[in-house]
Amino acid sequence: MNAPASTSLAERAGRVAAVAAAHADDVDIKSRFPREAVDAMRLERLFSVQIANNLGGEDATISDVAEICSLIGQSCASAAMVFAMHHIKLSSLVSHGSESDWHRTFMRRVADEQLLLASATTEGGIGGNLRNSICAIEVNGADCHLEKDATVISYGEYADAILITSRANAEAASTDQVMTAFTKDQYTLERTQVWDTLGMRGTCSDGYLFKGDAPAVQILPKPFAEIAAQSMLATSHLLWSAVWYGIAVNAMARAQSFVRAAARKSPGAPPPGALRLAEASSLLQLLKSNIIAGLREFEAAKADHDRLSSIGFAVAMNNVKIGSSETILIIINHAMLVCGILGYKNGTPYSLGRHLRDAHSAQLMISNDRILGNTSNLLLVHKQDTSLMG
Amino acid sequence: MSDVKSKIREVLAARGGFPGGIEALGDQSDLYAAGLSSFASVQIMLALEEAFDLEFPDSLLNRKTFQSVDAIAGAVQGILDGAPAAE
Ligand SMILES: Cc1cc2nc3c(=O)[nH]c(=O)nc-3n(C[C@H](O)[C@H](O)[C@H](O)COP(=O)(O)OP(=O)(O)OC[C@H]3O[C@@H](n4cnc5c(N)ncnc54)[C@H](O)[C@@H]3O)c2cc1C
Repeated sequence: MNAPASTSLAERAGRVAAVAAAHADDVDIKSRFPREAVDAMRLERLFSVQIANNLGGEDATISDVAEICSLIGQSCASAAMVFAMHHIKLSSLVSHGSESDWHRTFMRRVADEQLLLASATTEGGIGGNLRNSICAIEVNGADCHLEKDATVISYGEYADAILITSRANAEAASTDQVMTAFTKDQYTLERTQVWDTLGMRGTCSDGYLFKGDAPAVQILPKPFAEIAAQSMLATSHLLWSAVWYGIAVNAMARAQSFVRAAARKSPGAPPPGALRLAEASSLLQLLKSNIIAGLREFEAAKADHDRLSSIGFAVAMNNVKIGSSETILIIINHAMLVCGILGYKNGTPYSLGRHLRDAHSAQLMISNDRILGNTSNLLLVHKQDTSLMG
Repeated sequence: MSDVKSKIREVLAARGGFPGGIEALGDQSDLYAAGLSSFASVQIMLALEEAFDLEFPDSLLNRKTFQSVDAIAGAVQGILDGAPAAE
């Protein structure tokens, strides 16, 4: 199952992207799991790249992972989002589980067996306010038990393990949370909601009643507040943005080939869509710069826990998410205007319906209003960095 | 320092939103474990700036500063003494 060591991450991701592209429309139409692409990710051993070398991984940085998300996102946003969400969960294990024997062994298993990790933070009655939980984990001696009304668990049915948040105990405040890793043999999922949505249909994000029993050592040893602030929120915003960027890049590519084809037919006369394409190109550059700046900020802050927990860092990561989730819609809409009816129609080389529908999930995936509300609170005390180069 | 702490406790009582009340918590108790949210910590910071007529430098705008009454007192005292942590 070893991928040839000589091939780069980009080449391995490229092969996955090709598989994902071949099935993207079928995945979307049938709202089915992108299993061919996910099998290809396993074959290329991409599920463990972020894990430390000495635990069987490849020590890939978050920027390396973002690049893979973007490459696959250009083919099939659902498959790319599955990959991104897996690595978001993994980033919490890598950052906060390396001092716990159970979690180290588990990371080794993820690498050996190319396990797929899912996430259950969203809860009935709480929505996307992930720093609050209603459910509480019960610890009885060496064991723990958890039941959660998890209203959205992407690819829950196909995952090998779920990382799930809850209150730390029955008396704990709603913000006093922990995150626990349950493996597939340790939980049951009873479907409560069906994922029949506008876009991101292949993520199969059904709702479930989760019931799990596991050894208590599987509870991550850090408060979830720290995990959220130091790994999960940042990697979510960055890797989601990388996927969304991929959608926009592919929309731009389709619009560009449309304009080029028109230009070839009537040399000398600039095609009508050319100006709009130029506008989209400028927006795409803005989007890319925003994500790259966020990735650099994260890599720089990673070594420094104070910086990772600072208000400035939280504002920066929130801004990356707001910026990319809003900008992709404008870019893809521009691409649609460029391609006209051939973009609007399904089944043409210029079709953009799936792109547009997938992209509409970005503003809801932790509601932008919620994030803006959070940022506006932080700005009451945060001092603006007025320098250009940081 | 005890004046500072009692003033901090007044602010926490008014704004903290601790389910068990601030009185139940010691100076070293973990305020986050007691229910302090990051939203509330910003509100508390604003109230402290008003109460003590000072401004928190960016270097102190992090989770650690609001971990406990003692930690807040240390930060406030540092600013009052004109020696905020390295800015
Ligand atoms: C493709 C996709 C995959 C997902 N996968 C997962 C997953 O694997 N695991 C998981 O746990 N979750 C997942 N989610 C859920 C996601 O992370 C959010 O939690 C969820 O989309 C929020 O749901 P909501 O809009 O019902 O709830 P809310 O966050 O409650 O928002 C509802 C509405 O109320 C408004 N609102 C509520 N509170 C505020 C506030 N404080 N300030 C301003 N406005 C507010 C917002 O405008 C929003 O429109 C996924 C979502 C998507 C789109």
